[in-house]
Formats: sequence, C-alpha cells, structure tokens
Amino acid sequence: MLQSETQTPSAFFDGRSLKAKLRRAERWRKIKAAALVLPLAVFLVIVFVVPISNMLWRSVDNTELMQVMPETAAHLQAWDGQGLPDEATMAAFAEELRASRQGGGLGRIGRRLNYEDPAFRGLLMRTLRQLPVEQPVEGWRASLQSIDAAWAERETWRALQRASSLTTDRYLLAAVDLQRDDDRQIQRIEAEQRVYVSVFQRTLVIAGSVTLICLLMGFPLAYWLATLPTSQSNLLMIFVLLPFWTSLLVRTASWIVLLQTGGVINTTLMATGLTSDPLQLVFNRFGVLVAMVHILLPFMILPLYSVMKGISPSYLRAAVSLGEHPFIAFWKVYVPQTISGVAAGTLLVFIMALGYYITPALVGGPSDQMVSYYVAYYTNTTNNWGMAAALGSLLLIVTLLLYLVYHRMVNQKQLVRN
Amino acid sequence: MQQAYDSDALVRFSGVQKTYDGENLVVKDLNLSIAQGEFVTLLGPSGSGKTTCLMMLAGFEVPTSGDIFLGDKRLNTLPPHKRNIGMVFQNYALFPHMTVEENLHFPLKARKVPAAEARQRVERILDTIQLKDFARRRPTQLSGGQQQRVALARALVFEPQLVLMDEPLGALDKQLREHMQLEIKHLHEQLGLTVVFVTHDQSEALTMSDRVAVFNDGVIQQIDTPDRLYEAPSNAFVAQFIGENNQLVGRIASIEGERCQVQVEGGLSTGAILVNVREQGALTRLSIRPERVRLNGASEGLPNRVKAHIEEFIYLGDHLRVRCRVGDNSQFMARVPVTDFCSSLKVGADIMLGWRDEDVRALDCTQP
Repeated sequence: MLQSETQTPSAFFDGRSLKAKLRRAERWRKIKAAALVLPLAVFLVIVFVVPISNMLWRSVDNTELMQVMPETAAHLQAWDGQGLPDEATMAAFAEELRASRQGGGLGRIGRRLNYEDPAFRGLLMRTLRQLPVEQPVEGWRASLQSIDAAWAERETWRALQRASSLTTDRYLLAAVDLQRDDDRQIQRIEAEQRVYVSVFQRTLVIAGSVTLICLLMGFPLAYWLATLPTSQSNLLMIFVLLPFWTSLLVRTASWIVLLQTGGVINTTLMATGLTSDPLQLVFNRFGVLVAMVHILLPFMILPLYSVMKGISPSYLRAAVSLGEHPFIAFWKVYVPQTISGVAAGTLLVFIMALGYYITPALVGGPSDQMVSYYVAYYTNTTNNWGMAAALGSLLLIVTLLLYLVYHRMVNQKQLVRN
Repeated sequence: MQQAYDSDALVRFSGVQKTYDGENLVVKDLNLSIAQGEFVTLLGPSGSGKTTCLMMLAGFEVPTSGDIFLGDKRLNTLPPHKRNIGMVFQNYALFPHMTVEENLHFPLKARKVPAAEARQRVERILDTIQLKDFARRRPTQLSGGQQQRVALARALVFEPQLVLMDEPLGALDKQLREHMQLEIKHLHEQLGLTVVFVTHDQSEALTMSDRVAVFNDGVIQQIDTPDRLYEAPSNAFVAQFIGENNQLVGRIASIEGERCQVQVEGGLSTGAILVNVREQGALTRLSIRPERVRLNGASEGLPNRVKAHIEEFIYLGDHLRVRCRVGDNSQFMARVPVTDFCSSLKVGADIMLGWRDEDVRALDCTQP
C-alpha cells in the first residue's frame, strides 16, 4: 500500500523532469525580473553601498603613516614601546622623512600626527630643515635628539607608533568623548572637552520630539482625511503635499521671517496685547521643532492615511453596537489596526529627522545643532575625515540599533494581530 | 399578522421618514411592528430603503421624522452603544487584532460583566456555534462560514433584546449560504431570538423568516408570511420580485365579488382574483405562477385555456421549464416536473396551456 502510494506520483510525474520544465519555464521570467532590477541595483551600489562602506572604513582608517613611511611604520609596529626605538627605526624614519617632502606626504602625516599632539607638525618641519644629508657619524638617534629634545622622549615615538597601525579606534572613541591614555586604557576625556555624547543625546531628543509632535498632529488629520469622501480628501491632500512644492531652504528661511523678534507672529502678538515684549521664537529649540515638524509632517500623514483608508468603518460601528463607548471603541478597535501606519510614519520621520542639518543650522541656536552639523564641520572646515566618518558611523549604528528595537516591538504587535 | 400591531410589540416604527439630502425620501412613512421572538426579514432591491431602516434601528442613522421604539424605550436619540441591540455586519467586522475569544469577550467587557460569568457565557456560545477549538485563532485564520458564526456569536453573547443582520450571508458561496440559513433559523428557534434580517435574496427571505417585509422605493409593499407573499402577492411589484411570475396585461371586462373576467390583448379571456384593481375597464397586470400552468392533456377541463407555441426547453434536473409564446408574450413560462414530461413536446410545436381562475391574480399596472 505504502509502496504504491509513493510510487504512483513519481511514475506519473517524473519529479526531476517536471522540476526542470518548471525551471525552463520560469527562466525567462527571472531574467526579465533581474533586468528590471539591475539599474536600481547598480545605482544603489554606486551611491549607497560604496560610500557607506567607504565612510565606515574612514572612521577607523589609520594608513597615512603607513603609506608615507612604510618602513618606519613596520619598525614601530615591531617596537615593544619600552625605552626608545632602535637605531634602525630612527634611520628609516630620517630617510623617509626626507623623502616625504615630495608628493605632499609630509602634509598628510603632519595632519594625522597633529591629532596626537598639536605640536607635531612643527616638530617634523623643524627636524626636516636641520636633517643632515649624509648618515651622521654619531648615529641617527643622537642626531635627531640634537635637532630636538622631543626625539629623546618616549612619548613622541609612542605617538608615532599609534599612528603607524592599520586601523585606529581614536576617532570612534573621540566621537563618544573617550580616549586612550598612555597605557592604552580607555577613559573619558576631561569634562570641559566633552561634546559628542550630549550632541548625540540632543540629536535623539530633537528627532524624538519631532516624531512625537508629527504623530500627535498627523494622526487626527489622517483620520479625518480617511473618513472624508474621496473628492474632498483629494483636495485636502494637495494642501498636505503643498510644502513639497517649495524648496526646503525657502521654507526654512520663511520660518525665520515669520518667527523672528520683528516678525509677523511677534508683531501680531504684541499688537493684540498678548505680550508686551517680543518672544524669542527662533534661533532656539522652539524654532527648530516648528520648522522640522512643518517639513516632516507629510511623511507621517501619508502612511497613516493609506493604512486608515483600508480600515472599514464597520469595525467602529460593530464595536459601538456591541456596547462600547465610541471613544473607547476607537482606542481599542481602530487604533490597534493603524499600528503598521504609525510604525511606518514614525520610523520614516524619526530617521529623516536624525540626519537634519540645514534646518537646525539656520533656525537653531548653538545648543540645537545636531550630529550632522559636526559631520559637516569636520568635512568642510577642518578636513578631518576620520572624525567626520566616526560621527557618521556612530549615527548609523545608533539608528540601526533603534530600528532593530523598534522592529521587534512592532513585530510583536503585528504578531498579536495576525 | 394581527399580533404585529399589538401594543406590546418589541420594535415599533411609527411614521418614520428618512432623507439624506432634504429632497428625496429614502424611507417614506414607515410603520412596522415586530413582536417578541419574531424573525422578520426586510427584503428589497438595493436602494429600496431596507438597509437605512436597519441602520436607524441600530442607531447609525437618525430618523428625519417619526419614532422608533424598542419595548417602551424611544430609540431616536439613544446613542447606539446604549441600545442593547446585537448586530451582524455584511463583512462580519470581526476585529482582526483580537482572537475569536477576545472578540466574544468584547461586548461583555464593555458591559462590565464579571470575568467568571463572562468566561462561562463565551464558553457556552462557543459550544453553540461549535467553534470551541478555534477560540484562540484570529478571524483571518477562519473560513468564511466560521467567521460568520463568530460574528453571530458576538452579536448574541451579551443576550441583546434584538439581533440585526445586514446581509450577513452575502459573502458566502451558495451551499454554505443555504447551510447557514438553516443554522441561523434553528438558532433563532432555539434561543427565542427576535431577529431583523436584511437581504436582497428572496429565497433567503422565504427560507428563514416568520414574516417578510418587501421594500421598494422607500415603502413597504407588502408584509406577510413567506407563503402568503408567494401565493398572494398584493401588488405587481411583489408578484414580480418574489419568485418567477408570468405577466399578461389586460383590461377588466366584468367583476363578480372577488373574481373578475379579464380581456387580455390578443383575444384571450381569463378569470382572475381581483387584488388591487377595482374598476371595470381598468388596465391590469395578471400574474400566473409557472407551476400553476398546465400543459396539453392536464389543461383539459380547466376554465382558462390558451393556445401557445413552444420556444425553448430549459432543463433543471428536478423539473423542466418550457418557454412559450402566448399572444405577443414570448416569455411565458410553464414548469413541468420531469416525471410528467412527454416526448410529444417539441420546440416549435403548438400546445394548449390552461389554469384555474384562482391561480391568476389581477394586479395594478403601475409597475413597468
């Protein structure tokens, strides 16, 4: 019996050939699908995967010294860090220092070593100027030490050693206000120099408040739009999308005009006698929140609206007919069904808000600048790619972590649903 | 019929009107009483006002004028959540984020029924609908028929005074629908429910109801038991809407009490029961059910006989329908049990059709 059962299907449909037939039939469809996806895939690799991996690499990249002074770097890597490096190291250093004059190498290592000690570039220049042409009789060690006493200090060479490894965690540590001390132990930097932890906190707080305000303002509006007849909701939807038609810069600048001390809102408030002195509405947190909510609100409304549009009004009617008060029915029956829209909207707004740069820079005060501001500062002003990349990478990691937590939370809710 | 107008009726519509735009009345002067324990179906084509009536009863629409009573409570201004009326929706409206059990607990929680009693009630109703093993499932994991039963259970579990059903079987396939019709009917008898059921499916209405109210154009055309509705339609709309119906237009030649003689265009003269036309010489629409029409030999000796021309046979398994031409009416149907069929009947042949006077109803001629 059992045998005949297992034999029958294979006798009628030769499993192998049927699968092969299916593959052949599906092949063209798969090729077509791949061809349709290809342009986007290439685009994503070029503008997304490559730059992000590049940025992640730059946040730990420490190859400046290795490229300009390969031999010195190799010697320093072998050094145990006790006493001073041996004569061979010093000789390699002197040779390569002289050679670094060509091709801008000196500038690159000077910039990198200045992060270790701001006097390093000067030291290198001074040393280079006085470096003997021939190998000195007394040896490179004595010669270097006679040029500058700094070369007799272990710390100078330790700094060079730190700059000679392939990767470094100094940027990532600095991005969370940490550093390594002389014994390579991680410790917090001095209190008055700590900046970035509070910048990250501020970034999360601003993005979080913007998301919350958007949700509180967007939810009722989306609900109203979803319950209106289509002709009216389409018209109102145009008003929701209207801000998209003007440039972000113009919208932000116009908030300055509206909110500033001599602006429309303050003059109106004073004319109606509500205040006697102009309120400080811009170049502070309030201004940042107003401008960011204004820009990001549509990103909350659209996903909410599309989810709400799909929820039949009969659910609420059913809940009410079963004896629940309309408000409680709304909370218990309607809101849980909008979770996927709320999730999409808050995630979209939060992640977009995390990366805001122009708006806080224009309408915020000094204590409202977000991480992106410092990223821009390091790339544009000080040319410190390592620091810019470290801040960017950390922001990326924080975002991904938050996303994971969020995803798990929403998934649990959805599990309950399905 | 008489009981419906008793003062102790459970539901009473009195002079109810409803308009949405202030110009057209969707419901025109509705008067309807439903007794305790009765199963009343509101039947009609879409746009006839039946669903509006149900919605006014449930509290989702407010009557423009007139009163609705449930027991001795005037419902007009009572919000829906205080009406204690169970409702089954067309698409069931089971809450997708709750299990079957949670759905059933919902109305009990809203009424603050003690937990122990609530559990008992839910268990009992799950037993009744035979879905005990599905208590922890979500509605989307159930078949259409099971969802339907849960929706029903949810509307019953809080023991409402009245249960409303808005085309609850519309989404089911034919077999399941017929099965559920009987199931609901038995539940109604078993639990002594008072049910108001809305449908546009006449066979559903005839199967389940104690009484059927046929709606058209915002007015109840006839409210009666299923058999009376079918056998004795009181106007041309009801005759045409309920069941199959042969129509012949004629003029009343003479009247004798409840009977009359009608002269049909094309020379035929037949006796008929006078229903809602009164004057001699008035135009009338005659209604004859196909199963009352006798063919050839069987028609001999009947008072009304007419020569007809067979156009088509339609085979339906248990019976056969014969489409004939009578005068200029080529849609005249006769219904013959397969066992009575004789092979002498052929398409194109001429036959004699016959019927009794009491099988013909002379109705108004207002409907097209």
